[in-house]
Amino acid sequence: MGDIRKIIARRAAAEIREGMIVNLGIGIPSLVPEFIPSSVSVYFQAENGILGMGPEPLENKDGNLSNAAGYPVSILPGGSYFDSAVSFGMIRSGYIDLSILGALEVSGKGDLANWIVPGKKVPGVGGAMELAYGAKNLIALMPHCDKNGRPKIVRKCSLPITTYHCVNKIITERAVFCIINNEELQLEEIMPGYNLADIKNYTEAGFTISQELIINKEA
Amino acid sequence: MAEKNTFNKCTDYKRIKSFFRDDMKLLFGGFGGVGTPPGLIDCLIDSGAKNVHLIGNDAGFPWIGIGKFIVLERAATLIASHIGSNPVAGDLMNKGKLKIEFSPQGILVERIRSGGTGLDGFLTEIGLGTELAYDKPVIELKNKRYLYESPIKADVGIVYARKADEFGNLVFDKTARNNNPYVAMASKVTIVEAEEIVPVGNLDPEEIIVPGIYVDHIVTSTGINWKWIWETLEK
Repeated sequence: MGDIRKIIARRAAAEIREGMIVNLGIGIPSLVPEFIPSSVSVYFQAENGILGMGPEPLENKDGNLSNAAGYPVSILPGGSYFDSAVSFGMIRSGYIDLSILGALEVSGKGDLANWIVPGKKVPGVGGAMELAYGAKNLIALMPHCDKNGRPKIVRKCSLPITTYHCVNKIITERAVFCIINNEELQLEEIMPGYNLADIKNYTEAGFTISQELIINKEA
Repeated sequence: MAEKNTFNKCTDYKRIKSFFRDDMKLLFGGFGGVGTPPGLIDCLIDSGAKNVHLIGNDAGFPWIGIGKFIVLERAATLIASHIGSNPVAGDLMNKGKLKIEFSPQGILVERIRSGGTGLDGFLTEIGLGTELAYDKPVIELKNKRYLYESPIKADVGIVYARKADEFGNLVFDKTARNNNPYVAMASKVTIVEAEEIVPVGNLDPEEIIVPGIYVDHIVTSTGINWKWIWETLEK
């Protein structure tokens, strides 16, 4: 499982381009920064009030300088602090270039479910609804199947919805899909070690195949 | 405490205790406990206040921030954006001992801001058609549907600041600012715990984030008295 998370995070890091403003959710998305080449400079936004968040410092950790999960971070040159209303103002109104969120289920039309498993886990929605609503580009990261081997890319989400029609791209350890116009799920990429059958048999939602399908070979 | 007390706002924890009453609505500053006033949380616990209606970003951790109060089962309701870091809050909710209303994080801040700025709420598409719409009114305007989000005000608000002057002008510290400015604005009685209280005139007017008009009482902090999650894991 640890490996799968890193494989997904590494692939997601390749989506990040120079100069982007990026917000990362908790879970797998929080692993993404370690796979971004140091030559690519990005500004991470943390919804608890930082633009230009830097890595965890090795020493002099400060309880009053943390990421949204409560862990110590640093601030980069050019970074700023602000209150929660300003933070979510920039999130809702489209100033975040890329939002990368963990997911429990995503539908073929880009509906995202990631805030509650009724009767089991009630973490709460946090900032996910607004990140999903406002980001210019939203990538959902998740293992391809749940721990019982059932597909997580589904026709219709069975879990309560976070936001409808919001996901632009799904990255799993098996595949990369894009969702075109909230309508068409399209396979863009097959990840190393898998073939088309592995994906077809474990994706509940119907999908088309990109004419430029990339088939990654094992390294 | 500053030597003078020109505006009679600087006080001590003993006198603050009487503001914490049964059945009160309490707004608290903080994000995962960062920016939650540790001394005022202890004061709230000591006050014995029960059946409290809490409003804030999250449920803290069981040993951090508002979480320390929640685990005592003296909160009746909580409006928050998530409780993932405090499993006790989830247990209390499932047992029917704590009623929780979830709100999208920034929408909650805007509701508090609305309460603190004399507005009557706002419209948003966020949450429409989801479980978090609860029974909020749906308003149709120009062929678009919106949820109406009502303003939030509280009887008492507790705020953590880096510095306060005797008038209650506030300066914050990094990510400990979060929702604290709006808690100060939306509460009938705003109590500030500041790491440092300075005489009036000692703060640069350009650096003041919350003007003192919103602040009623100020106490000096004795510092963070819990271990952060990353400190407990580092052992």
